[in-house]
Amino acid sequence: MKFDSIPITLQHCAKTFRGQRVLEPLDLKIGAGETLVLLGPSGCGKTTTLRLIAGLETPDAGGTVHFGADDVTAHPIERRQVGMVFQSYALFPNLNVRGNIAYGLRIKHVDARTQQARVGELLELMQLSVHADKPISELSGGQRQRVALARALAPHPRVLLLDEPLTALDAKLRDTLRTEMNTLLRGLGVTTVYVTHDQSEAMALGDRIVVMSAGRIEQIGTARDIYYRPGNRTVAQFIGTLNRLDGAVRDGVFSTLGGSVPLSGAAHAIYPDARCGRAELFFRPEDASLTTPDQAQLQGVVETAQFLGERTRLRIAGAAPDTLTIDVAGHIELSCGMPVGLNLRPDALLAFA
Amino acid sequence: MGRAGRGTQFDRAGRGSRGISNAMIKNTMTSPLSTTAPIARPIRLHQPMRFWITLLQALLTALLCAFLIVPMVMSVLAGLTVNYFRGLSSGLTLHWIGTVLSTYSDSVLASLYVAAATLAITLLTGVPAGYALARSQTRLSRLIEEMLVLPIAVPGLASALAILAIYGGFSVFRNSLWFIVVGHVVFTLPFMVRSVAAVCASVDLRTLEEGAASLGASFVQRCLTIVLPNAWPGVLAGALTVVTLSLGEFNLTWMLHTPDTKTLPVGLADAYASMRIEIGSAYTIIFFAITMPLLIAMQMLGVGPGGTVNRKLERNPRAEDPTS
Repeated sequence: MKFDSIPITLQHCAKTFRGQRVLEPLDLKIGAGETLVLLGPSGCGKTTTLRLIAGLETPDAGGTVHFGADDVTAHPIERRQVGMVFQSYALFPNLNVRGNIAYGLRIKHVDARTQQARVGELLELMQLSVHADKPISELSGGQRQRVALARALAPHPRVLLLDEPLTALDAKLRDTLRTEMNTLLRGLGVTTVYVTHDQSEAMALGDRIVVMSAGRIEQIGTARDIYYRPGNRTVAQFIGTLNRLDGAVRDGVFSTLGGSVPLSGAAHAIYPDARCGRAELFFRPEDASLTTPDQAQLQGVVETAQFLGERTRLRIAGAAPDTLTIDVAGHIELSCGMPVGLNLRPDALLAFA
Repeated sequence: MGRAGRGTQFDRAGRGSRGISNAMIKNTMTSPLSTTAPIARPIRLHQPMRFWITLLQALLTALLCAFLIVPMVMSVLAGLTVNYFRGLSSGLTLHWIGTVLSTYSDSVLASLYVAAATLAITLLTGVPAGYALARSQTRLSRLIEEMLVLPIAVPGLASALAILAIYGGFSVFRNSLWFIVVGHVVFTLPFMVRSVAAVCASVDLRTLEEGAASLGASFVQRCLTIVLPNAWPGVLAGALTVVTLSLGEFNLTWMLHTPDTKTLPVGLADAYASMRIEIGSAYTIIFFAITMPLLIAMQMLGVGPGGTVNRKLERNPRAEDPTS
């Protein structure tokens, strides 16, 4: 099964509900066959953006939506040939699994033999063949999710739109389905827009990730871009865990409560030697290493040590005004109140202008 | 808020709190507290004491039932005895039922006719209205929902007087059964609307329709393949309620009827007032025979008072997947 993929272009799409701007004017290009993830906290405008692409909402005057060369701005969803998976799945309770998957083909009056072949193919692909004649109410959450996906794919949509499709499932199942879905989407090559508030889902699935907040695009980039080179503080704080060091710079050296750190790379570019005064640096929990206090850049005291199996998560007080979160290997055993030293990887320090 | 509306809210709240309580149960199950905490034991009564209390309860229940059921049984028996005042010893007969059927057959037909017409009108107007009210979230639609209860809250007499005062002058209309149909529609429409609206709200039709639209279905296709099949239990429940209410309606009908347009309950009052008691009672039997099947059907469909439908909707997407 292979799809003819098309690119999608949103130009100057804004959305106002009852006088309230929920989406600032937005330009977005989605490549043919690409999986683009819209990531952000609830109320950030990601679902509205998806619904604009779907045709369930129309953009405010001036905005346009193109599927390839086709201007679909004025087309309602039923004329856009999209496949959509809803957060609640929206499976039809009056039809069984087979009926749900065949629905789009039936509506288009596809002949019975083609319908049957196509539904069979999808049942096979989604490992649903044994459940084909079951009513929806007898399916588990994961099975429902797969039926929803099969139903959306059946009529060969030009675009696949997924609105938090894994949110309703428990954590373990979510991991399994995420991997399955990743393989599936890569195999199909269909242009996909995926909305989620879960960053690990976004990182696992997206060719590119669009980080949104408060109706605005904060950054567009690959998972690595967004994690290691966040464009601004909002992105950095939303993705992963981030530690804040509050202190001052002088001659390219940053000092804070528990010690000082020489600046290099990106952080040095923001705080050059000539600059002095108050400064803020950020780093991720895995970018600090433990040493003995007398050889360390920063000194602090273990506040809590949480053993999580493969790693131990430490909370360190006294090194900076804020408590720091540090991840070390699981076998390292530390007790509360122990003095420790921290060395930070120089290229892992983040600073924002 | 009327009954049906409240019903849906309870349903929603119920589903939500069930989830919480499950979690709470799990919590207490796994917490070490529950195994160490002393368990309060219910007070044990001595065996003989419990026996007497049970007996007393049974007796009281039986008495109450008898109080309510005996008059009904007596009425039915009265319609089947040759002479009510001489009692059952005078013998059983179907003669009175025959008399009723020959004297009042018109009112039986009139009632069926009125019920059918009322049903047709409430279906044509109430089903789209219920669907629209469930989908719309504006303040106006909530206001309309409130207003719909008024004909139930206001005494039938008052509605009837209002109808008479405005339309009583149109004599052709006034003398036809349609005059009664109008009254019945005013009274029964809210039940149809609320019943349909409750079901539409409980299956989240809005999202289902969006799903159908995403698959290419036009408005008409969505209505026929998704909306109607899923709203069907509500339509059926509403229809049964409307027919039952229309057949039994006396208040309004008494005011609106003419000697030529008598319905079943009006005829019943007439029979008790002007004929032998055996004929009135035989009439009651016929009335039972017509409405009982409807009531049983409603019971089997789980239609609550006020036309709400208590469907067990199995919607639990959080269930674990046993296959993966």
